[in-house]
Amino acid sequence: MHPAPSVIIFTTISGLGFGYFMWLGLGIPDLYGWEAFAAFFVAYAFSVGGLLASTFHLANPKNAIYSFSQWQTSWLSREGVLSVIALIVFAIYAIGRIFFDTAMPLLGYLGAALAILTVFSTSMIYTQLKTVPRWNMPINPVLFLLYAISGGALLSMQPIVAAVLLIVLTALQIAGWMMGDKRLAESGSTKGTATGLNTIGQVRLFESAHTTRNYILDEMVHIVGRKHSQKLRMIAVAAIGVIPVLLLLLLPQSLIVTLIALASHVIGVFASRWLFFAEAEHVVGLYYNRG
Amino acid sequence: MTKLPTHTEKKLGLVIDLDTCVGCHGCVTSCKGWNTQNYGAPLSDIDAYGADPHGTFLNRVFNYEVQPADGGASQTIHFPKSCLHCEDAPCVTVCPTGASYKRVADGIVLVNEDRCMGCGLCAWACPYGARELDEAAGIMKKCTLCVDRIYNENLPEEDREPACVRTCPAGARHFGDLGDPDSDVSKLVAERGGMDLMPEQGTKPVNQYLPPRPKDTLDKMPPAALETIAEEAKGFLGWLDKALEKL
Repeated sequence: MHPAPSVIIFTTISGLGFGYFMWLGLGIPDLYGWEAFAAFFVAYAFSVGGLLASTFHLANPKNAIYSFSQWQTSWLSREGVLSVIALIVFAIYAIGRIFFDTAMPLLGYLGAALAILTVFSTSMIYTQLKTVPRWNMPINPVLFLLYAISGGALLSMQPIVAAVLLIVLTALQIAGWMMGDKRLAESGSTKGTATGLNTIGQVRLFESAHTTRNYILDEMVHIVGRKHSQKLRMIAVAAIGVIPVLLLLLLPQSLIVTLIALASHVIGVFASRWLFFAEAEHVVGLYYNRG
Repeated sequence: MTKLPTHTEKKLGLVIDLDTCVGCHGCVTSCKGWNTQNYGAPLSDIDAYGADPHGTFLNRVFNYEVQPADGGASQTIHFPKSCLHCEDAPCVTVCPTGASYKRVADGIVLVNEDRCMGCGLCAWACPYGARELDEAAGIMKKCTLCVDRIYNENLPEEDREPACVRTCPAGARHFGDLGDPDSDVSKLVAERGGMDLMPEQGTKPVNQYLPPRPKDTLDKMPPAALETIAEEAKGFLGWLDKALEKL
């Protein structure tokens, strides 16, 4: 799949923002006044910034308002609806903490649940697609949630909790890549099933339907950069987990250390999201690929 | 609404005969023509006369070579591909805006262009590459089964079928109700063993493909090579032949 910057930024930044919201909703850390203002400002900047980035992916954004209508069937619609409800609930919760020194724990828990559901819906936009076998597996929502919660733990300055979550995340991400590498073969789709000609014999592409690029090739048969995937995976593992965990556990706890760990983690998430898209094989490629 | 209907009154669709198709791309051209000049946003071409020409098509013809398992000669098969109007269309349910829908009356999958926001998720959900986002209009385009022809009483009756079917010079494309077991297309599918593309994707395509008919095979050993009757030249001519060969 084409690793469009808009969707990479969207999933990375909004995941981080909603992960932070989850911790803030749980009252961790327990902030009031200006400190609460700063925390909620960051959470809103990430989540809303990410959601805005996603609209750059739209070819006809004037109809975007209709995307709140199909929540009964569409994960993309559910994600939109849930994110707006979560942001409204947190607005009330934040006003209480910033201006009235009041924590409304039940509202906070509701917000935390909505933030998690929002990230889950984001993950399901991709996981639901049977056409992209690498995305269509249960570990993907788990990873999206872990990315959000562990990034949020870094933002909420909890070094030990963050370190533990990052270790689990890194291990599961490596497992996810290994499982993903086998998914296309496991899906059972081949050139033979795509054309129905497997009953005769081995199918080869003789001539493509078009000599120049088209939307399908640009969007779904992206293969540029896959050769660097192993190196990028190592960079991602180091940046997501290894470096932040070493910093958090070996150095004395301080704001600077946590911020450096966060910076490393975010760079790692960008790398891993780039891989998430660039490595994903769409079955429509079977109609096009030679061999 | 993007909920799929549990039942459609008809299952209009195409039957494509891979045995008969000659790969002329006539269906591609007539589809592009009709769907550019009629319903909906035109199918744009970008940089049509430049170095990087590309554009939107609803129907494309691939060519495959198939090597039979028994080691016989490989076959070339022309393979037209367009929307299969699936019963369990994944492109419809993923649509966030309600632009994609499947009609209860005839099962045709359509895009309401006034609601499409061009997110492209439906094209991601389609295993067949049947949907293309138009670069100029920013709207998802797909085969409409020529809804503006098949019910159009302003057209002569023989023209009330999809443009690709009407134009096919080989008779490789057939249009009809695949939900009616007594329709001509259903009988054709039953007779020729019509097949689904990528059945493992669970989309239940309405369009059917008729596999190439088995090739003739020799039912007995080929005749022995004929005896050589041309005589080897002798004498002077034989010498001349050899001498010239050596030059």
